Amino acid sequence: MGKSKNRRVDIPAASLADIAFLLLIFFLVTTTIASDKGIALLLPPKPDPNEPPPDITKNERNIFKVNVNSSDLILVENEPLKDITKIKGMVKEFVLNFGKQTQENQDLLNTLPNSQRNLVMTSGRKPHSSDSPTDAVVSFKTDRGTSYEIYLGILDEIMGAYDEIYGERVGITAEEFRNLDKREPAQKDIYQRARNGIPRNVSIAEPSKIGE
Amino acid sequence: MSKFKKKSSASQDIPMAALPDIIFMLLFFFMVTTVLRESDILVAQKIPAASELNKLEKKSLVSYIYIGKPKKASLGTEPRVQLNDVLAQPNDIKLFVQQEKDKLTEVERDQITMALKVDRDVKMGIVVDVQQELKEVNARKILYSATKKIDMNR
Repeated sequence: MGKSKNRRVDIPAASLADIAFLLLIFFLVTTTIASDKGIALLLPPKPDPNEPPPDITKNERNIFKVNVNSSDLILVENEPLKDITKIKGMVKEFVLNFGKQTQENQDLLNTLPNSQRNLVMTSGRKPHSSDSPTDAVVSFKTDRGTSYEIYLGILDEIMGAYDEIYGERVGITAEEFRNLDKREPAQKDIYQRARNGIPRNVSIAEPSKIGE
Repeated sequence: MSKFKKKSSASQDIPMAALPDIIFMLLFFFMVTTVLRESDILVAQKIPAASELNKLEKKSLVSYIYIGKPKKASLGTEPRVQLNDVLAQPNDIKLFVQQEKDKLTEVERDQITMALKVDRDVKMGIVVDVQQELKEVNARKILYSATKKIDMNR
């Protein structure tokens, strides 16, 4: 109790900065900032061996075919194509085509915004292209020898085309559409409004076994 | 000559007392953001670029499968699959997925996402074999890892 407290106790703090620096450099070197991004895909379920494969009753005009062979040469709708960045525009044009005039198609067309409707009115009535966005299917087939980079590049284009259609339909960008949080009711509503009547029919066929 | 010998009266000390605080702040930032890599990657990983990227929603639901050419030349040049720390055959994937699913709770098991980190020089054959195995064990949500492509047109 009677002890005087006038004796100063000093901890030498000059080396503190050096120690912190060392730790800092350690963490700087070991850090890899996580970048977990990519193209999400849901694989189709395994075919049931007891059930025969379903009959294909789709008309040829409703299928947009993209084939890539083992030398990475691309065939889109039976025409060779060099530049894969063109696929996005072609898919968009194909999906937003109303070849058949029915009441259902007219109703779907009426839900589209003006910009998309005008496009359909001017160029989207081709009878040899898809009947309606609901019927349109994009078929993508590769070979076992196709390089993964080309595969992913084309898949990216096809998915991007759909995202742009959906985004434009509800007045947001494709990027904003992808980042919609489906757990939130308001955003889920936008998502469903964008998807309604235009399913993302992308069929990725089993690859052929020519070049490996 | 007296011109040069003139002494400035201002103090020339830089206050260094705040330096440790600044360093500590940086240190904490890096400590928090650091993810220590849990496994050594034994295969080449040059991830291709794409523009339509989805973000992963929940990290705990994700398991990684690496595909690429082995880094060690003695293991040949054929692309291989890496699960956890070891190189494996495509038919080992079933067991791997089961193990990964066991780590999750009952509810989350169906939501498991397999992130495929595939080197850009790999051919599709091995990727398809892996996907086939994933279908067998009903782990159908997959994600092709990709980096952001820089778009020149925008």
